[in-house]
Amino acid sequence: MTTAQAASGGRAWRLPWLRSDHFTGLALVSPTFLYAIALLAMPLLAVVMFSFWTQDYLQIDRTFTLANYEEAWSEPIYQLLMVRSLAIAGVTTVLTILLAYPIAYFVAFHVQQRKALWIFLITIPFWTSYLLRVFLWKVILGYNGVLNSTLEWLGLIKQPLTFILYNANAVVITLAHAWAPFAILPIYVALERIDRSLLEAAKDLGDGPFRRFWRVTLPLSMGGVVAAFLIVFIPTIGDYVTPRLVGGTDGLMIANMIQAQFSKANNKPLGAALAISAMLIVTSIALLIFWLNRRFTPGQR
Amino acid sequence: MSNARTPNWLVLYAIGYLIFLYAPVLLLPIFAFNDSAIVNFPLRGFTTQWFEGLWATDALHSAVRNSLFVALTTCVISTVLGVCAARASTRYQFPAKRGIMGLIMVPLVLPEIIVAVSLLVVLIQLGLDLSLWSVVLGHVLICVPFSIAVLASAFRNFDRSLEEASLDLGVGRVATFFKITLPLVAPGIISSLLITFTISLDEFIIAFFLTGTDATLPVYIWSQLRFTAKLPGVMALGTILLAVSLLLLILAEWFRRWSAKRSGADVESSAGGLF
Repeated sequence: MTTAQAASGGRAWRLPWLRSDHFTGLALVSPTFLYAIALLAMPLLAVVMFSFWTQDYLQIDRTFTLANYEEAWSEPIYQLLMVRSLAIAGVTTVLTILLAYPIAYFVAFHVQQRKALWIFLITIPFWTSYLLRVFLWKVILGYNGVLNSTLEWLGLIKQPLTFILYNANAVVITLAHAWAPFAILPIYVALERIDRSLLEAAKDLGDGPFRRFWRVTLPLSMGGVVAAFLIVFIPTIGDYVTPRLVGGTDGLMIANMIQAQFSKANNKPLGAALAISAMLIVTSIALLIFWLNRRFTPGQR
Repeated sequence: MSNARTPNWLVLYAIGYLIFLYAPVLLLPIFAFNDSAIVNFPLRGFTTQWFEGLWATDALHSAVRNSLFVALTTCVISTVLGVCAARASTRYQFPAKRGIMGLIMVPLVLPEIIVAVSLLVVLIQLGLDLSLWSVVLGHVLICVPFSIAVLASAFRNFDRSLEEASLDLGVGRVATFFKITLPLVAPGIISSLLITFTISLDEFIIAFFLTGTDATLPVYIWSQLRFTAKLPGVMALGTILLAVSLLLLILAEWFRRWSAKRSGADVESSAGGLF
């Protein structure tokens, strides 16, 4: 797009640059951009600053200190919560993707008509109240819950199962359900984009279905898998509701501690340091995954 | 390739997966009409008393009013901001475009608790009181990326020669935007309004951190989940919310398809463009 092209219509401006695409584009994007600067970038910077300060009851002491980070990284309880959050988010993400891949594959390759309807069906549960969806898993997994009463009724178990509620398992199951559409959609989009003639070629060259999947379909859909990984992993690590409702004490995660520091424990700088630490860890893992994908998946553009 | 026979296990798996996806959602109406104060099996019989109980709860009514205020304000502001950014990104080239759009879209991949904490820190530092407006500030931030996603597809599909024709006929740029461009992408705008409204209505963490004394609907529901006796009422409320969200989404999808059809795009292939 050049200035000359943009000038083909409209009235004459005094400065050519004012009617250039660059100027119009920037002017148009600026309200949204300034909003993001004021309410996202600056607040994030403020949290970073806050994490270097200390709090004494209601007074904030603005002398620079690394004490919050020392505490966040050395206290066993924070280490435990951070490691557990990473583990739960990691297991959840892998499980969600493993469960989602066949469905995305099914819709992309085996549904001929009404693909849109399938995608719509898959995304509907995601639009019901998040709190209630999580809470309903408590109803399903509970001691007298739906799952236990059904299994007892079927005669499969004598005693209700207790390992499925108020622990990390319950958190993983609930999150794998809550984030399912976010894993299915990127994988589905990646599978849809695969050039079908490549699969024909593999078939003609004598590859069986499994070999073909392993050598052609899977590598070509890795972009979608990586996107799904990031979309699920990053938010689940900061989830607050699920650990609180179904996690018991053994399933609490870092977000619950951050919230506690901002309310009951009333140590906002420490809460800020925990939040920044969690963000740094998540960002480095995300970058690592991104890099690994670039490095080891063939055919990346 | 796609004509290959679908293996049976894959069909079974797809059905099983849909059951897994829908299980919690289907329980909602079941318990809402169940005549028992305890939310578990076996079911006891049919009742509408939990719905009737909702009419008599004042705290719920003010929570609904608060949520409607927040969701309406949020959907209007985020759609206006979304229109600006989506139009800029689909029609114009400008310096640092990737960086600027990247920053705007960041809330999509940021844990909500980080957004909530960072806004809380700023509001406290500025000495501002928490109110429904602080919730709106946070909600607009997370809704704008969704609005842009919906609107960008509307702007991208739309035939630019119509605008050029208008400009050639001597209509000014601003007038062309309002007379030609905006009406053509109107369905996309409505669909963006509906989606951001739904997101804001359901959002909990940001509202939980940033609301002052006025509870929004999810904050109210959170406070009720602690009391076993309140649960059947919560189930009834959840059923109503489910019906409302479904209605809004079907409307949004219908408008999106209408807009895609109007601009001549292949509706099936752009399915899921909402997300």
